[in-house]
Amino acid sequence: MFSPEKLAEVQALMNQYPEGKHKSALIRILHIAEAEFGGWLSPQTMDYVAELLNIQPIEVYEVATFYTMFNIQPVGKFVFEVCRTGPCMLVGSDQIIDYIGEKLNIQVGETTADGMFTLKTAECLGACGYGPMLQCGKQYHEHLTKEKVDALIASCRAGEASPNTQN
Amino acid sequence: MGRKLLLEHANVPGIETHEVYRKMGGYRSVEKALKTMSPDDVVAEVQKSGLRGRGGAGFPTGMKWSFLAKPDGVPRYLLCNADESEPGTFKDRYLMEKIPHLLIEGMIVSSYALGANQSYIYIRGEYMWILEILEKAIAEAYANGWLGKNILGSGYDLDLRVAPGGGAYICGEETALIESLEGKRGNPRIKPPFPAVKGLWGCPTVVNNVESLAAVVPIINDGAEEYAKIGVGKSTGTKLISACGNLVKPGVYEIELGMSVEEFIYSDEWCGGIANGKKLKACVPGGSSVPILPAHLVTRTATGEERMMSYEGLAEGGFATGSMLGSGGFIVFDEDQCIVRNTWNFARFYAHESCGQCSPCREGTGWMERVLHRIENGKGNMRDIDLLADINKKIEGNTICPLGDAAAWPVAAAIRHFREEFEWHITNPQEAVTRNYGLLKETAL
Repeated sequence: MFSPEKLAEVQALMNQYPEGKHKSALIRILHIAEAEFGGWLSPQTMDYVAELLNIQPIEVYEVATFYTMFNIQPVGKFVFEVCRTGPCMLVGSDQIIDYIGEKLNIQVGETTADGMFTLKTAECLGACGYGPMLQCGKQYHEHLTKEKVDALIASCRAGEASPNTQN
Repeated sequence: MGRKLLLEHANVPGIETHEVYRKMGGYRSVEKALKTMSPDDVVAEVQKSGLRGRGGAGFPTGMKWSFLAKPDGVPRYLLCNADESEPGTFKDRYLMEKIPHLLIEGMIVSSYALGANQSYIYIRGEYMWILEILEKAIAEAYANGWLGKNILGSGYDLDLRVAPGGGAYICGEETALIESLEGKRGNPRIKPPFPAVKGLWGCPTVVNNVESLAAVVPIINDGAEEYAKIGVGKSTGTKLISACGNLVKPGVYEIELGMSVEEFIYSDEWCGGIANGKKLKACVPGGSSVPILPAHLVTRTATGEERMMSYEGLAEGGFATGSMLGSGGFIVFDEDQCIVRNTWNFARFYAHESCGQCSPCREGTGWMERVLHRIENGKGNMRDIDLLADINKKIEGNTICPLGDAAAWPVAAAIRHFREEFEWHITNPQEAVTRNYGLLKETAL
């Protein structure tokens, strides 16, 4: 359940659309729900959102599974989404993906045993001139080097970086 | 450096705030339009300016506006397409991040022209921090009377909101964007009916790119004639180019349409040449969907003339020896880059992003990805090259939306210009996985 403050925020988002068109707020509410309920959309979370919007659960499931930003499986506290598309590849994203995998001892798509990190790849994140790059939560980390990756992981472990929250 | 119409003040400290933006002359076009022009005058001015859609298709913006149906008693909507996802493109992000009020100003004038009282900016979900920048700027615009009821006492009302996507390239296609804004999967709609007749919630709708809407501001401020003085032929005004890949100075540049490609790549004022002292191998000048050009066709056309950065200049030679300006996503490859690997990478992108609605695209993009993957990994067969061409033909033109074409074109162009490199991957499987084909062909010329 959302806190009263979050509920008010969600209600305000629904009101941005004309009478009867509040389903338009679904994607944004899913982003909020994901951040509020552990970084992923469990079936329970999706059912709850359906109830809030007064729509069928299937209408939420089909959206949650279509858009790749939504995690429909549990993820680590910090999700690294490394851009793997052409322009980033030209400046070394493959090497960065490999390096993060080695460093955290996981493959792409996996989460570390301590539940801290999930490594994912993403298609073009719109940072083509500033690659290689990754997104963690809302934050873009650009012009990545091995040293920057080390520093990012250390700051996550030290609790300095903000966790995987979109909102 | 040429004239800057959009980014002139982008680096003024505090330009993201209403106070500084206004001080630098911001919102003048709203005053001019609402106080001295009728909505039709604004449409006519944009038509006269020759502005063409900056999202990639290059369709004349004013003409698109003129198609908007205006049945009585039915609301009309203006949607801003900020779903920027075409690989190589990061210009809209730059504009919104740096100078958010410019987009808001452009949207107010454009909404007024179209008679829309409710407009939305649909922004890709990954740009959540930019959504926050925009919402802050929108709140300032409301507080200063540029949005809301009876703007400047004109009797015109406008509400403007921002909605995020969820990470789907397809939502940059206008009917998929509309579906997504209705809270659904981003499956493109069959056209007709076009959004101008039946768009958001079944109402007449115009969808324009961020940069197109921002360009309305200088067009109204200075007049269509002044705007059209910049550029060449049917490519009027300025264009944001997001340059990336192996360049000394990648980044977002505002160019006057018609400048030379050679100057853009090599001049120190612009991209500063190829990074690390390497040589140019190829260029994809307008986002991943447009045909790749080998080095000898980047700065010169097939007839030996200087190639220009304009809609016509980059298209010179058609698909045989030319490309497209597209979204302005200018991707440069140095001599060490593998064309086969890059073609596979782009094919993987389209296979990942196909919405799955049309079989030729859903299946075809996956086939291309797998065939290219095996060639890249030294397991290809000579027949694979023709097989790719065959799949290509079966996708192109056979899908509801242009994603199918966008997936097919880069593969066709790569084979057209770099066939030897594909063949080399197949005949030298061991070398293909350990060494680069490099500039073998180019140096032999």
